[in-house]
Amino acid sequence: MQNTAVSAGEEIHYDDAIVKLFVTASVVWVLVGLLVGLWIALEIAWWPANLGLQWTTFGRLRPLHTNAVIFAFAGNICFFGIYYSLQRLLKARMFNDTLSRLHFWGWQLIIVLAAISLPLGLTESKEYAELIWPIDVLITVVWVIFAVNFFGTIAKRRVQHLYVAIWFYMSFVIVIPVLHIVNSLAIPATFTRSYPIYAGMTDALVQWWYGHNAVGFFLTTPFLGLMYYFLPRIAERPVYSYRLSIVHFWALVFLYIWAGPHHLLYSALPEWAQTLGMVFSIMLIAPSWGGMINGLLTLRGAWDRVRTDPVLKFLVVAVSFYGMSTFEGPVMSIRAVNSLSHFTNWTIGHVHSGALGWVGMISFGILYWIVPKLWNRKQLAYPQWATTHFWLATIGIVLYTVSMWAAGLTEGLEWRALDDAGQLKYPNFVDIVHQLAPFYWLRLLGGLMYFTGAIMMAWNLYRTARQPAPAAAR
Amino acid sequence: MPDHDEHTYTAVHRTLEGKSAIFAVLVTVVILIGGLVEIVPMFTATGGTEALPGVTPYTALEVAGRDIYLREGCYLCHSQMIRPMRAEVLRYGEWTRAGEYAFDHPFLMGSRRMGPDLQRVGGKYPDAWHYEHMRDPRSVSPGSVMPTYGWLHTQTYDPGDIQASMRALARAGVPYSDAQIAEAPKDMAAQAQGIVDRLKQAGVTTEPNREIVALIAYLQRLGKDGKAAIAAGHTATTSATAPAGSQAP
Repeated sequence: MQNTAVSAGEEIHYDDAIVKLFVTASVVWVLVGLLVGLWIALEIAWWPANLGLQWTTFGRLRPLHTNAVIFAFAGNICFFGIYYSLQRLLKARMFNDTLSRLHFWGWQLIIVLAAISLPLGLTESKEYAELIWPIDVLITVVWVIFAVNFFGTIAKRRVQHLYVAIWFYMSFVIVIPVLHIVNSLAIPATFTRSYPIYAGMTDALVQWWYGHNAVGFFLTTPFLGLMYYFLPRIAERPVYSYRLSIVHFWALVFLYIWAGPHHLLYSALPEWAQTLGMVFSIMLIAPSWGGMINGLLTLRGAWDRVRTDPVLKFLVVAVSFYGMSTFEGPVMSIRAVNSLSHFTNWTIGHVHSGALGWVGMISFGILYWIVPKLWNRKQLAYPQWATTHFWLATIGIVLYTVSMWAAGLTEGLEWRALDDAGQLKYPNFVDIVHQLAPFYWLRLLGGLMYFTGAIMMAWNLYRTARQPAPAAAR
Repeated sequence: MPDHDEHTYTAVHRTLEGKSAIFAVLVTVVILIGGLVEIVPMFTATGGTEALPGVTPYTALEVAGRDIYLREGCYLCHSQMIRPMRAEVLRYGEWTRAGEYAFDHPFLMGSRRMGPDLQRVGGKYPDAWHYEHMRDPRSVSPGSVMPTYGWLHTQTYDPGDIQASMRALARAGVPYSDAQIAEAPKDMAAQAQGIVDRLKQAGVTTEPNREIVALIAYLQRLGKDGKAAIAAGHTATTSATAPAGSQAP
């Protein structure tokens, strides 16, 4: 493992201590985020699971689950991936070590504050932007620290050309504060309560412009950047097409921003805006699949290793799920399909095929590769466990998405079913709810398998870092 | 770097990759276009977001109730958006117009229907039904999977900060007059007493300062103004709010 590099006669010391911090945090938070997810999945299947407490109802824990997996788990993954790869791609140590530490501890503070405030019911209610205004201010400050550190490193680079991974990182660093600030603009009433400056339909449009692009620029572009750095390195193959990476990068960042209104189809949003959202969502298939194709074809000539190397298994399945969920999303944004899928469990399944399949699997793959490198170990403490984790997670995702498709179609069709007289076939809402119970238990089983795999990973990585495997004396 | 070739645009891009500041500016410009095109018109007349005639801001007690609705995350299981489709109108009532949301800071349309839509729940059930429903949902809605919300019946809301809330809302654009804000605590107490009296007639005893009272006030207001406006023929303030895909299944 080289944490130094030589360039034009000078020795560069990369800051890998900060990478280790972010790695550790991401492993801790994935367990927390998944556990809360399991808990609320249980509450949906069996309502008394909140134990009669107000702090643990679905309405208060659901934002904790989404914030923990998006900003705590995926966020820390992005940060360690960027801190690790940026230094190496630019042959430069991070701009400022103090800023790196402020970024790390500031971000963890935000997560802890979220974990305290959300169960207390302190929320702004906008999905994935629930945190109250003082925390919103803190997020902005920490992001500015990160951005200065990021661009400062670029400014002192020793490699002139920015590699494709850095383009994607750059879109992440630039777009997230734009989305966050515009969507969070609010008038404070007290220290914990505020009201957005936008009303009703406008507020909804701003929120889903934010919400959809949180998926686009927090869970997609930085992870594509990670794919462009780690996949070629791990597979030891060059990226398939440079031209494709140019075209799909610019198309993706341009088109993504328009897609938000597909969350508001059939609402009272002006029809032209709904149509724009739908059309741009469908166009998004092209650049999304451009990324998938570039990822999968980078593996040309290395497919035999997928059979034996669990890291590559994770990466291949991750990129495949990226392709699947970026096909499913545009289909769901077609008006006629959306009239059936909106408000149902189908949406929940779709989100999780992206989150568990794409974000989760690529993160696990990179973690299994990077931890032995960072802690200077020859291999994982329990190499076989990684393969077991892979199968648990893959089967878990399949159970999750299939059960949610079935539940979503069931409720979607029954909500709209009319009898021969043109009246509702299922007038009692509760009757429809009860038919979903078996799917909810199946989903819980899928989630449990995914969580079990994540626990195995955490223990495996901990043991890898803590003590050398018997065969891997230093 | 991967395969290098002779195409002009790759050569141009190759140069661009060496100029990080220009690259960053270009990314910023490219990502701003879509948002500006879609969001800015919402602040003009074409957005159709002005209040329908007769749709008025929430009262002080309803604001307090809405804050409780928010705190409990009710919107995570219940939508407030009836789509213009036959089955939805049969199940929930008139589909929602943009001008009904004019005073909703924040919007609470929701994205998931674990339970039924609440856009037109105002006036659908008596106050006592809501009181019992929050205490034990299964007592009035057999088979319901909603958790119990017993703490709403013992916890009290703070009438002390309602004026701060209304002032903030006024600054955000809700047309509360200074007099309305000044009278807020008094108005709040009067409306709460009215609910307590109605509950008493139904055999339920509670205090006007309980959170459940504020929540009932909000729930009973939901969708009422809009329903009246639509009944009076004020279906939209501009043509832009014509039923989006009203020919839908």
